[in-house]
Amino acid sequence: MSHRSESETVATAKNVTDNVMIKFDGVGKSFGDNEVLKQLDFTVAPGEFVTLIGPSGSGKTTILRLLMTLEKVTTGTIEVAGNYLSHMEKGGKLVPADDAHMRETRKRIGMVFQQFNLFPNMNVLRNITEAPIRTLGKPREEAEARGRELLEMVGLSEKVDARPTQLSGGQQQRVAIARALAMEPDVLLLDEVTSALDPELVTGVLHLLKDIAKTTDITFLCVTHEMQFARNVSDRVMMFDSGQVIEDAAPEKLFTSPDHERTKEFLHAVLNRE
Amino acid sequence: MDVWDWDKAFAAIPPILEGLLVTLQITVLGSLVAYVLGLILAIVRRSRIPVVDQILWALIELIRSTPLLIQIFVLFYVIQPAMGLQLSPFATGVIALGLHYACYTSEVYRAGIDAIPPGQWEAATALSLPRSRVWTGVILPQAIPRVVPALGNYTISMFKEVPLLLAIGVAEIVARAEEQGTSDYRYVEVYTMAGLAFLLLSFPAAILVRRLERRVAQK
Amino acid sequence: MFDNISVIFPRILEGVPNTVIATVGGIALTIVLAFASALGLLASSPVARGISRVYVEGFRGTSEVVQLFWIYYALPILVGIDLIPLAAGILVLGLNHGAYGAEIVRGAIQSVPRAQYEGAIALNLTPAQRMWRVILPQAVVEMLPSFNNLFIQLLKSTALLYFVDVSEIFKQGDSLRASFNDDQGLIYLIELVFYLLLAIMITMTMRWLERMASRRVGRTPPSRESALAKVSGGAV
Repeated sequence: MSHRSESETVATAKNVTDNVMIKFDGVGKSFGDNEVLKQLDFTVAPGEFVTLIGPSGSGKTTILRLLMTLEKVTTGTIEVAGNYLSHMEKGGKLVPADDAHMRETRKRIGMVFQQFNLFPNMNVLRNITEAPIRTLGKPREEAEARGRELLEMVGLSEKVDARPTQLSGGQQQRVAIARALAMEPDVLLLDEVTSALDPELVTGVLHLLKDIAKTTDITFLCVTHEMQFARNVSDRVMMFDSGQVIEDAAPEKLFTSPDHERTKEFLHAVLNRE
Repeated sequence: MDVWDWDKAFAAIPPILEGLLVTLQITVLGSLVAYVLGLILAIVRRSRIPVVDQILWALIELIRSTPLLIQIFVLFYVIQPAMGLQLSPFATGVIALGLHYACYTSEVYRAGIDAIPPGQWEAATALSLPRSRVWTGVILPQAIPRVVPALGNYTISMFKEVPLLLAIGVAEIVARAEEQGTSDYRYVEVYTMAGLAFLLLSFPAAILVRRLERRVAQK
Repeated sequence: MFDNISVIFPRILEGVPNTVIATVGGIALTIVLAFASALGLLASSPVARGISRVYVEGFRGTSEVVQLFWIYYALPILVGIDLIPLAAGILVLGLNHGAYGAEIVRGAIQSVPRAQYEGAIALNLTPAQRMWRVILPQAVVEMLPSFNNLFIQLLKSTALLYFVDVSEIFKQGDSLRASFNDDQGLIYLIELVFYLLLAIMITMTMRWLERMASRRVGRTPPSRESALAKVSGGAV
């Protein structure tokens, strides 16, 4: 799936100190007076699949947005693969990162959005090859060949020339996944990727994600309401409320016998809906 | 002595057509300036550079709030001598109209760019696309088609304001008509023909723009 | 540069009354023609609609300068009445901007929700009462911001009266050009200040009217940018 050579994988591992791919250190995020995240400390190991659950407004999506540099931290630091994401070292001190630094560090992070966000002025293949060519500097033929492979993997080979507006929601999301994978990310962020889909299309996308998770060594951070999926695919589940981690455990533990009252309440409300 | 003399009316056509040619040239060139400069202004203003943005805002508001005639005279009689230039009335007219309408087109571009869903910007960030590519590959290809009708409307407005350049000696439609009319004090024919010249061009153009507007609104 | 201001300033100031008269007169005529032709455009009679449409398209499709020259030079020959330049100016300002105003009024009337018409019919109001007491008050709130822009356009257009020798602000400034060639920067600066002040006065009046009109229909007026921002009329 991710065509990493032996040496590249070893090199990536060397960049990761103490087997940590993502590190949140004392991270706080406020929007004006609204404190969305409070003193967040957690780490994610390489290749782990971590799902974030919790009520709306608990800060889960903000965590993804901070990792994707769509927002800036108010306090604390974020590290990815041993490099500071939110800050940079300048003259021996830690200062907020500038655009150039963030652009470099976030190249290894990809994101799939709830609203797909495909570029409507490009066809499917160009959507997938645009960033490899423009950001990673790959030659067009190589990017297109890889693009077609990815399209086949997500089951949309015949749509290579289609425009996003001609595709169903599920198809668009699969193209979005291919587009993110084309960047060969170390980290893939999934932001409620099936919430905007018709129910019958959800399963297809979830199966695809499960396949990718099992067959690659990509680190996943996933925000979702699909509890079944979370249970099947995750290595770890983190329960959030009011900007803090309430509980952090393996799915079997968290879903069957959670420690915290809040987790119990939340799961009870969500799972009994079905 | 009757009010309308067809011979005089037809005699007015050649000079008015020559004036029309000049008017069209100024309109096309002025529009080019307005379209390009307006886009640059919109992109620069979006970057919100501290002092520059305030100055631009003040200049744009000033140009939009004051008579175009004054701006033409300022450009011709104050700014050019101060810079040691003296461009032809034609060139001065193109620049004056271009600058004036750039202040309006920049607003049009701004609205078009703001209408792009934030998700497009976010996806471009997620893919770490270089800034210039975000503009040329994602944002502008989506924004510009939507604003074409509004730009067209401003071109039509510009076309109708070219006669102001009569005051600095440009040989556009009204200047030629006036020349013709004062030679024998017959004004009805020449100014009617001048009016027709404008109408015959701007009316179809307006219909075209309205149709474009409907098409854009449908998408 | 500022030494000659004692001569320049009063001379330009002399032009202000004519600018104000032209503006006020033009605005009055604009309002009358805008409403009349808007109602004509919406009338059931095809003749009324036709005449209104010809007026609106005719004056919007031709240059204001041509209209000015035609009304000042050609119209007297046709109908035998001589117009003083200021009168011709007010007439053109009103006719031209009235045509643009017609679309503003028409659009605002049509934006009043259908339910209001139906409610008025259910209350057994006559068509005139319906328009006057129900539709127009609501439409007026909608049209005031656009009229603000239009009136400022009109103010800017008063400078065109220079072409027919009306002693308004721009003409007065221009009369100084020969004697004060080096002070032209100052001349235009003073003119700009006058126009800006007049534009701000128009905007403040329109915003006051907006508040009054909104209160009559029980709405809070939408929040606005600064008065200066509103002064930037749109090319119509």
